[in-house]
Amino acid sequence: MTQAATRTWTELKPQRKASVPEGLWLRCPGCGQMIYRKQMEANLHVCPECQHHFRIGATERVRQLADPGSFEAMFTGLTPTDPLKFRDLKSYKDRLLAEQIKSGASDAAVAGTCFVKGRAAMLCVLDLSFMMGSMGSVVGETVTRSIEAATQRSLPLIIVSGSGGARMQESGLSLMQMAKTSAALGRHDDAGGLFISVLTDPTTGGVTASFAMLGDVIVAEPKALIGFAGPRVIQQTIRQELPEGFQRSEYLLKAGMVDRVAARAELRSELARVIDYAGK
Amino acid sequence: MTIHLVSMSFFQLDFEKPVLELDRKIESLESLLSRRSADANRPAAANGLLATLNPTVEVPPFAADQAESLDLDESDGAALTDPAAIRARIASLRAEREAKLAQVYTSLSPWNTVRVARVPKRPQTRDYIDMMCKDFCELHGDRRYGDDPAMVVGFARIGSIKVLVVGHHKGRTTQEKIACHFGCAHPEGYRKALAKMKLAEKFGLPIVTFVDTPGAYPGLGAEARGQAEAIAVNLREMSRLRTPIVSIVIGEGGSGGALGIAVADRVAMLEHAWYSVISPEGCAAILWKTANEQTNSAAADALKLTARDNLKLKIIDELIPEPLGGAHRDPKKTAAAIERWVLDRLHELKGINPATLPQQRYERFRRLGSFTEAVA
Ligand SMILES: [Zn+2]
Repeated sequence: MTQAATRTWTELKPQRKASVPEGLWLRCPGCGQMIYRKQMEANLHVCPECQHHFRIGATERVRQLADPGSFEAMFTGLTPTDPLKFRDLKSYKDRLLAEQIKSGASDAAVAGTCFVKGRAAMLCVLDLSFMMGSMGSVVGETVTRSIEAATQRSLPLIIVSGSGGARMQESGLSLMQMAKTSAALGRHDDAGGLFISVLTDPTTGGVTASFAMLGDVIVAEPKALIGFAGPRVIQQTIRQELPEGFQRSEYLLKAGMVDRVAARAELRSELARVIDYAGK
Repeated sequence: MTIHLVSMSFFQLDFEKPVLELDRKIESLESLLSRRSADANRPAAANGLLATLNPTVEVPPFAADQAESLDLDESDGAALTDPAAIRARIASLRAEREAKLAQVYTSLSPWNTVRVARVPKRPQTRDYIDMMCKDFCELHGDRRYGDDPAMVVGFARIGSIKVLVVGHHKGRTTQEKIACHFGCAHPEGYRKALAKMKLAEKFGLPIVTFVDTPGAYPGLGAEARGQAEAIAVNLREMSRLRTPIVSIVIGEGGSGGALGIAVADRVAMLEHAWYSVISPEGCAAILWKTANEQTNSAAADALKLTARDNLKLKIIDELIPEPLGGAHRDPKKTAAAIERWVLDRLHELKGINPATLPQQRYERFRRLGSFTEAVA
């Protein structure tokens, strides 16, 4: 135990993760059809009818990308504090505790080493189910340490982003995580390290405007919302309807902002292939 | 009439009202005094205040207000016939005004600080360039798409030091404001800034940046051309430029759009500037579900966005005090204070081997954040 005491969430072990509402069947937001939950889950959380990619948490993402049993978690002792004593309608402290109990995680990032189809890699995943995957000090520190570890060990780095952006409740300190993570990527780049950035629905704000858009290769999941400003903010600024598909992966591909759009089923092969071409 | 318009726009800052009322009293007493000396030989002048301010005589259009504000103080009625007494009264009002202004500005709430940072008369990047720099040689365009007027870049001399200046610009006239999108830069602005900063590195010039933006522009074109990528690349590249960088938040330090030119070796804020991850209005709209005067104020408090708060959090290294009543009341004095800070910091950074600057800059940002860590 270093520094301050750990928080009570570790004792209050949550029972289960609650990402998709429970039930045997659910309606797919993509095609509107009733689909069998187990079938959807077995299909990497993708609708078997229309290929709608459901949002998934970090644990499921790691399970999908890492070779079975190969993931070794790192930096798991990091816990957020409330440096600004932030309070809106609810205090940040209470919000954190509620999120920690609900998710069983201390914050919105998971990191560790693993193998992807036999290729060693450093993997870091943001977790949308924890405060919309927002980046405060702990997420920024986890991402930065992952980058530094990848540089030191000459490992290819994979970061899977899904985030509403910088976390307001840590204000300026969240903003500084953008500089911190980007600067670490500068050093990774100087050392000749590979960084593959995977963008999932949604990736916006301060996460997009820092490490997420700095991949040597950027791969986006189909139809993911990716942008700097959120669609609502843009709409309020320009006071007109946004074009169909605006800020979605396929649009970004056309605009020249991402390298590839890859379905979830192809993602492991995509990563392995890029590592083969560009990894050390 | 112009005086009248100025006082109207000043009323955007309602907390300055007591000061402005004193200003008006002083102004009207001064005009009364000059009329007294001019009319010294005319008998009508002795008939008291209201006769003097009678609209049939030449008076400014806001004479009625003047009469009212002067009437407030009954003792003035009799005393005001004597120029010496008027002068004494003006002097005491001036002292009262200074005290009031000091009181208001030393106890600004965070939300009122944001409002001061946005006062239209507050000096902007181009004003500081005019006041601080000699031989400014502006460099336009990103060589990719266009030239964003919301980002001003160029070679200049500050004191005897040759530098590259970079800054957000909001615009002073309505036309300029629209062209500058009120200080919200597009990707081409960030790319222009970076391209020229790389020139500075190549030619061994230190970089001085002025931060003053509500945020990067949130629009269709900005998104299509990669606003996020442009800012991200600036963060990465600025962190490894082998030349000294100093940044000053002169007004608004709105989120990633501000940071996009503020990854520096030394960062300062003017006393009444703000710097935060989001504007109070944006924060209020999301976390309080509605943005109004009350929630904006609550959000401004919560965000810890003032210079003092940012200094405490070590996000900035120094606070540059503003003249009494804010930078807009004495732009020259503000510019002189910034110039002194810039020259001191550049002098200090000159002693460091440029090749080791990125390492120190990295460590500066690497330290920032707050968390606890349990040993697994
Ligand atoms: Zn479907």
